[in-house]
Amino acid sequence: MATGSVKLLGVWASPFVNRVEIALKMKSVEPEFILETTLNKSELLLKSNPVYKKIPVLLHDEKPICESLVILQYIDDSWPNGPSILPSDPYDRAIARFWASYIDEKWYPLVVEFMKAEGKEEKAAVLEKISEGNLLLEEAFIKINKGNSFFGGDRIGYLDIVLGSLLGWVKAIEMMDEMKILDETKMPSLAEWDKRFCSDNVVKDIIPQPEKLAEIHRKFHQMKKATSN
Amino acid sequence: MANDEVILLDFWPSMFGMRLRIALAEKEVKYESKEEDLRNKSPLLLQMNPVHKKIPVLIHNGKPICESIIAVEYIDEVWKDKAPLLPTDPYERAQARFWADYIDKKFFDSGRKIWTTKGEEQEAAKKDFIECLKVLEGALGEKPFFGGDNLGFVDVALIGFYSWFFAYETYGNFSTEAECPKFVTWAKRCMQRDSVAKSLPDQHKVLEFVQTLRKKYGIE
Repeated sequence: MATGSVKLLGVWASPFVNRVEIALKMKSVEPEFILETTLNKSELLLKSNPVYKKIPVLLHDEKPICESLVILQYIDDSWPNGPSILPSDPYDRAIARFWASYIDEKWYPLVVEFMKAEGKEEKAAVLEKISEGNLLLEEAFIKINKGNSFFGGDRIGYLDIVLGSLLGWVKAIEMMDEMKILDETKMPSLAEWDKRFCSDNVVKDIIPQPEKLAEIHRKFHQMKKATSN
Repeated sequence: MANDEVILLDFWPSMFGMRLRIALAEKEVKYESKEEDLRNKSPLLLQMNPVHKKIPVLIHNGKPICESIIAVEYIDEVWKDKAPLLPTDPYERAQARFWADYIDKKFFDSGRKIWTTKGEEQEAAKKDFIECLKVLEGALGEKPFFGGDNLGFVDVALIGFYSWFFAYETYGNFSTEAECPKFVTWAKRCMQRDSVAKSLPDQHKVLEFVQTLRKKYGIE
């Protein structure tokens, strides 16, 4: 059982930070949350993550671990007595890692591209690519869950955390642009999973409401405009 | 594991394919290597990696594992009795995963830009590349390998790129030895291992290959 201080550098609105919060809660570990401000990076952040200078950073006994997917696996390795985050079978682990990588490197960047795209036509073009990805994820979910409620089985696991953490922002973007990214008719299984994930006891107080995220986004952009004038 | 069927879908100059060659060699796993023609991908490749359609793909008893870092970790977990690549300590494991990810996120792109761009863009790519090498030198520290006394996860993830250095240096007009001698010492140390020496292509062949690609992309 790992001992020592556990600190998490982050902001509550970051889905990548939320991932770490969920994982720690699964292991019944309560970190000291050190709030970073997005506009001015703290000395601690720059010292703990000199390579990327980004949150989340987990500090375990003052030793920094960076990159959310690395942190999730670290948490699983360090607190082996709590519920497992990654599956136990090596092949299932490889599949989970594969889809986590797909989500972070292909799918979510498209969602961000969608948010930044200007005009309905540009947005529609990106949305088509996202929809292709959605179908892949729907297929993957059906294959991986083997009839259970979550990617991780009857309890949330690695892939649930990786994809689920992004749902708040996806829904916030849907609100801001008044366009559907997650179409329940095309991804019915994931639509049901979405509801189950967001209402899960471990998750529900961690992922912020989409309305709050949309507000944060508006405020952040107003602040940026003001400081650049 | 006597009845294992292991197939590697590969392409000889791929530094990602090299990772799996080295890992399988370190673990003394017998496997069949299938060379892919990337301009004419085999039905097997398209079936085994429908999402990315890329090599390398490890096929273990008919089941595909895609993405090289994920496949190396799989190899380490399945054939765990020989030559462990990831350390046992959770913090050291996290560091190894972090650096493998850094190599994929930063290093590959900057190297690629050296031979695919010209002028200012190329100069910027060179600067980035050398900076990456210095960051990696920092991570290596005084250890003989990233893995400590033996070849480890990060060494396996990184060393394949060394076969491309001659091409990078030729087109970028710089010397890695002059800029980052510690890195070159590490690379040569890795090359002394059979598993590495047998898995990396000849650097002149790689240069020829890059020449062909440059002509094809009209970069010349």
